[in-house]
Amino acid sequence: MNRPVYLFAGIIGSFALSCYALVLVPQQQIGSLQPQFGDDEGKIVDIYPIDNQGVVKAGRDVYASEGCVYCHSQQVRDEQNGSDLARSWGERRTVARDYLFENPPLLGSMRLGPDLANVGSSKWRDEPADEDPNFKPAKRDAAWQLLHLYAPRTIMKDSGMPPYRYLFERRKISGQRSDEALKLTGDDAPEPGYEIVPKPEAKALVSYLLSLDRSHPLNEVKSAAPAPAAK
Amino acid sequence: MTAAAPAPSPTITAPAPSKPTVSPYEYDARERSAIDASTRGPVLFFFGNAILWLLLASVLGFIASVQLHSPGFLADIPFLTYGRIWPAYTNTMIYGWASLSGMGVAIWLLARLCRVSIKLPGVLVAGAIFWQIGLTVGIIGILAGKTTGLEGLEIPRGSAALMLFGYLLFGLWGALIFGFRKQTLTFVSVWYLMAAIFWFPWTFATAHFGVALPNVHGVMQSLVASWATQNVLNLWLTSIGLAAAYYLIPKVINRPIHSYNLASIGFWTFLLVSGLTGALRLSGGPIPAWVVSLSISSTILLLVQIATVSANLVLTMRGQLHMVYHSPTIRFTFFGVIAFMISGVVAVLASLRSVDRVLHFTLFQSAQMHLVVYAFFSMVMFGAMYYILPRLVGCEWLSSSMIRFHFLGAAYGGGLLIITTALGGIATGSALADPEVIFSQINEVGSFYYIGRSLAWVLIFIAHLMFGLHFLLMLLRIGQPGGEPTLFDIHDEEAH
Repeated sequence: MNRPVYLFAGIIGSFALSCYALVLVPQQQIGSLQPQFGDDEGKIVDIYPIDNQGVVKAGRDVYASEGCVYCHSQQVRDEQNGSDLARSWGERRTVARDYLFENPPLLGSMRLGPDLANVGSSKWRDEPADEDPNFKPAKRDAAWQLLHLYAPRTIMKDSGMPPYRYLFERRKISGQRSDEALKLTGDDAPEPGYEIVPKPEAKALVSYLLSLDRSHPLNEVKSAAPAPAAK
Repeated sequence: MTAAAPAPSPTITAPAPSKPTVSPYEYDARERSAIDASTRGPVLFFFGNAILWLLLASVLGFIASVQLHSPGFLADIPFLTYGRIWPAYTNTMIYGWASLSGMGVAIWLLARLCRVSIKLPGVLVAGAIFWQIGLTVGIIGILAGKTTGLEGLEIPRGSAALMLFGYLLFGLWGALIFGFRKQTLTFVSVWYLMAAIFWFPWTFATAHFGVALPNVHGVMQSLVASWATQNVLNLWLTSIGLAAAYYLIPKVINRPIHSYNLASIGFWTFLLVSGLTGALRLSGGPIPAWVVSLSISSTILLLVQIATVSANLVLTMRGQLHMVYHSPTIRFTFFGVIAFMISGVVAVLASLRSVDRVLHFTLFQSAQMHLVVYAFFSMVMFGAMYYILPRLVGCEWLSSSMIRFHFLGAAYGGGLLIITTALGGIATGSALADPEVIFSQINEVGSFYYIGRSLAWVLIFIAHLMFGLHFLLMLLRIGQPGGEPTLFDIHDEEAH
């Protein structure tokens, strides 16, 4: 130990080992993944996952820059690793292939709010579970999402989510009330003659949220429920 | 450039091991004061800036904590919302306070232990300036919503490049001090410091620029980010913290380290396995299971190091435990060593799959981070600063009650923060594990603990303000005359 050469061999060797085991080998394994092509008698019928562009991508950037990831994860673990499936946050666990086009992936490490891996899936949208019975919505669609972004507590009592009012605009109603205006009641409603409409960021964010659907069956993982028909 | 220190006077030209012409004690004292004089500028600059970052981190941490129980707090100001404050807080804490204070302590320790005076100390100051320009731009970027979005590597790439450049100036000078050492490689602290100095730039550069490569996509980026985050905690901060503890405890107790062999076993275990623990942050997630298993077994193996380091330092203290009551340095450092032990045991328990499934997505993770960064690392850094500063400015700390107040605030505040965060994590984690409990109930369970966290942050902030003020007084040379260390009990004749 009194010879620096041993010390430096140790430092360099340990870094090489760490980099090899935790970065290079997994990269070999994950880096070569391709989307799954579903084929029907030789004809390609669907591709999963796909690389979303346009407004969904813009919404994803809003999600990243607002730091949604510090409260919401986007990963579903299997039965042995948690209650995710029992909470109907997904029909199967998520795997590396689900995130193929995500740069950066928004996996998250904290659940101060629910997991959002499948917020756009038809099941999560149309059959709201995991909710206060008194506040149970009929559907968690775009209008619900916008209202929830603007004033979470009108939709969920004791919600820990901050209201994202700055993603909306309060403006005077000129002529007819906008179709996009939020249907607010009580203290959250604007004074008469005014309306609250989402800014482009809010609309993009909701498009992104509704695009989140990782229920597509994959060969490498068993789905809990029978595979739903392709969208 | 950073040549070996010129001897303080022509009569003292002999290298260390041979007999100098003056008495060894006087020779050492003169050499030490020459070395301290050469490190004064950069080390004070690192410390002063680190403390400013610490105060900023305390404010950000407090805001983020309040937002957990009062979600509407500052929610209408985009750059102060939780999703931006939280990453700004963690980066300020780790790259502002912890890294800068660590670099200051590392330079001072290296110069002392290698017996080298620093040439061109301005280069180190320049390094600190570049690092902080990068960090400031990065933090402003995060608050402005220009984050990379990758958890753990939020600082935008341009800022990271500036920080890396600043770091390289520091790292180069650290390596040069080592290269010109006049002392054989016998100090445990030097091993840990060299590991930290070489590991950090590799892992920082590999992570920030590796994820930009075109074929590194999807969850691989998350794996790289968690690997890098864990390396920064382990091989950068923990290394420097242990180097300081291995120096300060024997020095103040005035007794050599209990066992050189134990220290050696601990160091090599640490070097071998602590770089393999990074995948724990993705346990249960969409990455190959074997990577997580490797990290769990490495975390368990790391117990060997935790046990040897703790045993070594505690045995060095044996019979001298009363020093905890007298010496501020020992009180802070020993607190840190205890926290280090606890953090190691907690890390092993939390890594087990049966525990992880409950605690994984909860604040328990944050409690573990604070156990390492605050209760261990920061407390050791405080202890080191209480030791180093009088040797740089030539006077002793003004007030033992201010030091006592700082300790109480940091220990109780930090302890309360970690305990409430951990309990909050356990409570919400158990609720999350039960699919019958709906989400708003989980928030109700948590909010009790979240309020405790905010109280803790108030204590911590006051303690840090007190420390900052005391530091400022030292910079202005307002203190007790040099020579007599500020002990908690001024009537005690015990040596510092």
